[in-house]
Amino acid sequence: MIEGILLEGLIYGIMALGVFMAFRILDFPDLTAEGAFPFGASVGGALIAAGTPAPLALLAGFGAGALAGCATSAIHHGLHVPALLAGIVTITGLYSIDLRVLGGRANLPLIARNPVMRAAESWLGSSFNTSWASFLAFALITLVILAILDLFFHSEVGVALGALGNNESSVVAAGVNPVRLRTFGIAVGNGLAGLSGALAASYQGFADVNFGQGVIAAGLASVMLGELLIRSNRIGVLLFRVILGSLLFRAIMYAGRSWGYLAGITPNDLKLMTAVLVVVALALTRWKDRLTTMGPRRGRSAS
Amino acid sequence: MIDHGKVEIKLEKVEVAFGRGTVDEHLVLRGIDLEVKKGQRISVIGSNGAGKTTLLNAIAGTVPICAGKIFIGGVDRAAEREWMRARYVGRVRQDPLAGTAGGMSVLDNLALAARKGARRFVPSMTPKLRRELVARVAELGMGLENRLKENVNRLSGGQRQALTLLMAAISKPSVLLLDEHIAALDPRNADIVSALTKRFVSEYDLTSITVTHDMKRALDEGDRLVMMHEGRIIVDLEGAQKADLDVGKLVALFGAARGAAFVQDDALLR
Repeated sequence: MIEGILLEGLIYGIMALGVFMAFRILDFPDLTAEGAFPFGASVGGALIAAGTPAPLALLAGFGAGALAGCATSAIHHGLHVPALLAGIVTITGLYSIDLRVLGGRANLPLIARNPVMRAAESWLGSSFNTSWASFLAFALITLVILAILDLFFHSEVGVALGALGNNESSVVAAGVNPVRLRTFGIAVGNGLAGLSGALAASYQGFADVNFGQGVIAAGLASVMLGELLIRSNRIGVLLFRVILGSLLFRAIMYAGRSWGYLAGITPNDLKLMTAVLVVVALALTRWKDRLTTMGPRRGRSAS
Repeated sequence: MIDHGKVEIKLEKVEVAFGRGTVDEHLVLRGIDLEVKKGQRISVIGSNGAGKTTLLNAIAGTVPICAGKIFIGGVDRAAEREWMRARYVGRVRQDPLAGTAGGMSVLDNLALAARKGARRFVPSMTPKLRRELVARVAELGMGLENRLKENVNRLSGGQRQALTLLMAAISKPSVLLLDEHIAALDPRNADIVSALTKRFVSEYDLTSITVTHDMKRALDEGDRLVMMHEGRIIVDLEGAQKADLDVGKLVALFGAARGAAFVQDDALLR
């Protein structure tokens, strides 16, 4: 069970990194993850079912999510549609596309062929406990993603991206096209959501068009819980704490599912729990800000 | 002062209108002709609504112009977007928050400026660049070299404005636009930033256009004085003519030129 929480925390943590990029780095209220996540799951799942090598299928999941992000950005920048609405339009359209990708079905089982989980369970040898082996495999994947993102945020583009969410005119003054840069950031963020969806499909053993439900709220709750845990303005730490927040979020959800009955909580109440968690995390962060003199919480910096 | 002879900026019959095509259409710039030589330092004065800030906005590309040409370094860049022109145009605005990314460190902000126009996936900071930037930031004399990793939103307005100025200077623009950049600072910081401006402009051999409400500074600093009124340049003095001025004469000149403009323009309309 603990491995289950950890594994879910890591997989959904990758999606939460995407939400973090949109909401915290870019200051762009992007809901697209709710569509990018199942889109990545559908594309990744369908490719795996069709016999595509697993790494390629996962990469395609990332690409699918990135494409969803580009769509939202194009709707937002091209037609001056507010970000929230642009995201909702993308999510709506993707639902039908997911059904097509899954071959006209709402659900695609990956029981017969699940190379990602097979590899994750057996990579440390057959004598190793399968669930811990897969936890270590996913931890490694997550660390690699964190390392790549950390390197990226230290690059010229990464620093410009950090500045964009802060003060667009400082990016314009640096001679960078803000629209192109924001589109790139949204694409990467949703690519992470898509990759996370593809991994989740493998983990759950099926891809489903309704995978995305509540993903944004879960991602936000993870980001905010992480912010409660650690304070920093170093980008590496900021990224890492998103994963920690995601692990904590899954643990709380697990507690709600397992022992919630003691307080009269049923699985039906989990969404309400998520919403309350977001509000509580926000309130606690505000309260903490007032108590300390550490300065603004939303600082971020590459160096 | 330094006459390099080469024309850095040239505006030809530049017009800017707000609310175009509506009943509220208002011409903010009414055919501006201005030639700025390399290394020249121009002060622009005029009352509120004269079009001073719009003039800078038009050069920087913040507002589109509806007629005319804007040559920067010999090329008409009127059609280029603001971010494209940013490679040739550096700018410091009145609001100290406007020029820097507050949630990023001092060093990251400097790196962003030092690598102007660069959008590559290579490290934004190298040991060499870092040494260079640290030396530069130390020259500000504000102790920022010890606060490199602190977020900029923890600096004071004066420090932020000095940093913005440094960022504009190290990006080596063809022209530096200063829009009342010391107006929001207390007198002491205003003097410090003003002195830094003077130093950077000569050190980096910059061409500058400074909008100010401070007539005394406009007279003391810069080697050319331009007065605007209702979207036109009504006085343009340099050299001996400018050296001869004082605040009193300037105010008289302003009144006279305004009157002339009134006769020319508004009176005819009635």
